[in-house]
Amino acid sequence: MSALPPLPAPTVAGLARGLHRGEYSSVELTRACLERIAAGQPELNAFVTVTAEGALSAAQAADDARAAGRAGPLTGVPIAHKDIFCTEGVRTTCGSKMLAEFVSPYDATVVAGLKAAGTVMLGKLNMDEFAMGSSNETSFFGPVRNPWDPALVPGGSSGGSAAAVAARLVPAATATDTGGSIRQPAALCGVTGIKPTYGRASRYGMIAFASSLDQAGLITVSAEDAALLLGPMSGFDPRDSTSVDSPVPDYMATLGDSLEGLTIGVVREFFDKGLDGGCEQRIREAIAVYERLGAKVREVSCPNLPLSVPTYYVVAPAECSSNLARFDGVRFGHRCDSPRNLTDLYSRSRGEGFGAEVKRRIMTGTYVLSAGYFDAYYLKAQRVRQLISADFARAFADCDLLLGPTSPTTAFAIGAKCDDPITMYLNDIYTIGANLAGLPAMSLPCGFAGGLPVGLQLIGPHFSEGRMLNVAHRYQQETDWHLRAPSAWA
Amino acid sequence: MSLTRTDIENIARLARLELTEAEIPVYVDSLSRIFAFVGELDRAPTEGISPMAHPLPGLAQRLRADEVTETDRRDLYQRNAPAAEAGLYLVPKVIE
Repeated sequence: MSALPPLPAPTVAGLARGLHRGEYSSVELTRACLERIAAGQPELNAFVTVTAEGALSAAQAADDARAAGRAGPLTGVPIAHKDIFCTEGVRTTCGSKMLAEFVSPYDATVVAGLKAAGTVMLGKLNMDEFAMGSSNETSFFGPVRNPWDPALVPGGSSGGSAAAVAARLVPAATATDTGGSIRQPAALCGVTGIKPTYGRASRYGMIAFASSLDQAGLITVSAEDAALLLGPMSGFDPRDSTSVDSPVPDYMATLGDSLEGLTIGVVREFFDKGLDGGCEQRIREAIAVYERLGAKVREVSCPNLPLSVPTYYVVAPAECSSNLARFDGVRFGHRCDSPRNLTDLYSRSRGEGFGAEVKRRIMTGTYVLSAGYFDAYYLKAQRVRQLISADFARAFADCDLLLGPTSPTTAFAIGAKCDDPITMYLNDIYTIGANLAGLPAMSLPCGFAGGLPVGLQLIGPHFSEGRMLNVAHRYQQETDWHLRAPSAWA
Repeated sequence: MSLTRTDIENIARLARLELTEAEIPVYVDSLSRIFAFVGELDRAPTEGISPMAHPLPGLAQRLRADEVTETDRRDLYQRNAPAAEAGLYLVPKVIE
């Protein structure tokens, strides 16, 4: 791998500058990415589909636009999409056998927005099946491996997005986050991840898992790159009934603002006995960086936060069981051979098409929504969710942003947590709260423990993406953790 | 909380999921563990707390005018159908 030339710059910002100055064309840059993707695939398995031909023709179109004086800031920048986003004319699998042959007839709004901004799609990234997993081991297309150590998981569910950016196969990737699926893999792979406010980016064409929690976002090398890409993928979309109709600010305009007068709340509940000592030390060092930058740091408490994982494992499976009812073997997706009758067609198509974890969640959700259990589980969980949201709202009365670890540990071995779902679910103990409350959150690389990357989490009030990106960017100007790449892929 | 084999068979039937014989004990075990785990919620005092209906406070589901906004793209959509003919989706005979 080290024989492969690196990309001419590690970041979207750097590549956009190179394209603008004519140091290389988009076709040349796209070829360089495609070479790295091909070299990375046998070891990392980060991609489900590589769209080389489409990428090269989009790159040529970007070069032509530039020659004609019609280039925007992102024209010709290659990126890849998580395979949960529908892409017109391109296979969209969601990591499942159920959709292994599905060719989307339309683009997701997020994909269309980034295409309109001139980005070039390199392909579709591997993920946990239907985004249900925290290790990228549930994909029908096989596990993704962590570029820092191929014996380890990259995290999930956006494991392909995180591994591809960490190995510098692509400069940036889209991702989605229902309970931590952007931030946890970003942390485990040493890259930057942002989950915007619920409703900020459209869910149209993003295959639904849990509709009150799902949100599209990005995995990038830097916060600046996230600021560049977030605008074009955000904004009101009449095709998503929960899309929020409020203007998208210019995230680049506030990126360099001073942190003087900023108050950061350190969430006490995040520093529990489950947090690895090495990870905690890196987080404490990051807090010291913020103090040097002029921020005031105070401890805050969100007492109901420890209930976020059990709350999530009622709400998310309930919504999953409803959303995945559409896979019936009739209109699209896997269909069993020679069905005896309609019920057999449904049951066998679904039994064969879904993997073990997806079936587990559909059954959990079916049970909590079934007659006699709805109040005890679903309504109870939605009440606790209200308490968790209220904890955050109280904390934001005194703080601009909250801070803590993204994940309790660094990356773990492939297979290590497959036997016990609860152990796997607890990976998301620090990330789920933001989804339950609809809050924007980020993960930033903040150093290493035992040679593996550690992620720092920021959580902000609703629609505070601009401030959060600014706070992340200022940290990345003081540190270079985000620029560290695994030596095999540097 | 412990689920039985019959519980799992019932849930799978409601969810229209055919399970293999080998899968059933695995789900008896893992769903029992999941429901023991979510049982922690019982300890949270939620009297007088309303269930959260939307992740953004004060926002309700938006409605739109009842107007036709999509064009007919049936043929394109049916390219993904496992079995379609003459514009119709084919399924096993429903009425004998």
